[in-house]
Amino acid sequence: MNKLISFENVGELLALPFVQSALIACAVLGLVAGLLAPLIVARGMSFAVHGTAELAFTGGAAALLTGIGVQIGAVVGAVVAGLVFGVLGLRQRERDSVIGVVLAFGLGLGVLMLALYHGRASNKFGLLTGSIVSIDATNLWVLGGVAVVVVTVVAVFHRQLLFASADPEVATARGVPVRMLSLLFAVLIGLVTALAVPVVGAILVLSVMIAPGAAAARVTANPLLATALAVAFAELALVGGTVLSLAPGLPVSGYVAAIAFACYVGCRVVARYRGRSPARA
Amino acid sequence: MTLPSTAHDARPVEAPAAAVSLRGARLSFGERTLWSGLDLDVAPGEFIAVLGPNGSGKTSLIRVLLGLQALSAGEVRVAGREPRRGSPHIGYIPQQKALDPDLPLRGRDLVGLGLDGHRLGIGLRGRRVRRAQVDAALAAVGGTSYADAPVGRLSGGEQQRLRVAQALVGDPAVLLCDEPLLSLDLAHQAGVTALIDQRRRVADTAVVFVTHEINPILPLVDRVLYLVDGRFRIGPTDEVMTSSVLSALYGTQVDVLRVRDRLVVVGADGADAAHCHGDDL
Repeated sequence: MNKLISFENVGELLALPFVQSALIACAVLGLVAGLLAPLIVARGMSFAVHGTAELAFTGGAAALLTGIGVQIGAVVGAVVAGLVFGVLGLRQRERDSVIGVVLAFGLGLGVLMLALYHGRASNKFGLLTGSIVSIDATNLWVLGGVAVVVVTVVAVFHRQLLFASADPEVATARGVPVRMLSLLFAVLIGLVTALAVPVVGAILVLSVMIAPGAAAARVTANPLLATALAVAFAELALVGGTVLSLAPGLPVSGYVAAIAFACYVGCRVVARYRGRSPARA
Repeated sequence: MTLPSTAHDARPVEAPAAAVSLRGARLSFGERTLWSGLDLDVAPGEFIAVLGPNGSGKTSLIRVLLGLQALSAGEVRVAGREPRRGSPHIGYIPQQKALDPDLPLRGRDLVGLGLDGHRLGIGLRGRRVRRAQVDAALAAVGGTSYADAPVGRLSGGEQQRLRVAQALVGDPAVLLCDEPLLSLDLAHQAGVTALIDQRRRVADTAVVFVTHEINPILPLVDRVLYLVDGRFRIGPTDEVMTSSVLSALYGTQVDVLRVRDRLVVVGADGADAAHCHGDDL
């Protein structure tokens, strides 16, 4: 157990440039993931995020195999997945089966491509579970650029996205371009998922894209407060998880997932303690 | 019913005293004509019920008035201008559909979306005015006590009251209702109906009310538009809801009986089974 939680040499580790860039990347990722999370929950798109993450993995694997940057492959894979899900399955019931089919195919393809890849093994594993080294490889400028795009788009379309998520029929009647927003949001999910894959890995993307939003939705119905809480939870999980993983030298993703899960359980407990969930906030 | 199109098309729409005005309106999808030669003026404060079997083009009429569906021929004016998506002059109440219980949205947010949910940006300006408008709309429907509750956890009747508030918060000249009483129990039907009636009396809002069941709104209806299979009749309730008129519309023997303060329509074929169901007699 003492190997899991340790702060030995954390001060020195924090001074390392690759650790610092990893922390910056986590902080940026926490902001964008937290921004999207309540909307993902409101739109019932958890499974779509999972599917998108698996296809980011496929894209990353393809990029490894062909020698293109993994990050670029992941972004392409995730955005294509987002668009496919957005176009094919606007209706939720249909969407689930579409995602299941495409996800399984993409995952199989990715596994196949990894088997054909003869480079460093840690590159392969990193795609699935993330690693702090692969964060270093992340181009911070790309991350920053994508973050600016995501924050801007969410700020501009926030009310329309909320309206379209809550009540697509009335939103359409009020002139909200529901279909266009659905595609736009799928692209945003694709972008952020692709950025999250190197950090927490394709399997655990849900812990930063869903858990913070689901946790926040337990304790408040105020959309702005829910967004602020989700960002806070995502930051706590990503930055906190990275710091905790330093001394033991274990994968970041395990710590990130554990903290995100703790936030969710904590919010459920708070909601239950208040007697109704989510409480009147 | 054939369309004397040229005569109608040549005639300009008169000075817009009417809240809703249709001239020689025709709506066709391919070979199939839902209605044609439809002339209708709805005066401010007037309550028009739109009745007819499924597929007779009731909802399509609402979509035309919302600006979501173009006419195949003829002209339409709502509040004096061509309808366009998101017009501030139009309020829209859909049929009650349960909202997701985990939706991070409060009652007041749902109402507020009716005011500016179609707008871009995050809307930091004019928040005080907005809050006052939302509070007033909530108070008008008796929804103040659950204004801060998560919408998805409210009862169907409470949600529908919020939708009425959402439709009215922008102070529309025309209120379009598409089966707003469906799946509500009798008490909530009466509550929602009273709110709509009160609104048109106080604010002179014209009401176009699509329904398959006229009885809950019978005392409020000024005129009926009855659509059957391309044929239609417009007139006061007593003139349209008669055995001879409905028999002519349906092309088969239909009997309209008045039982106390209710209308019972018998024999409007299987096509209109919903209209003559007797479960709420």
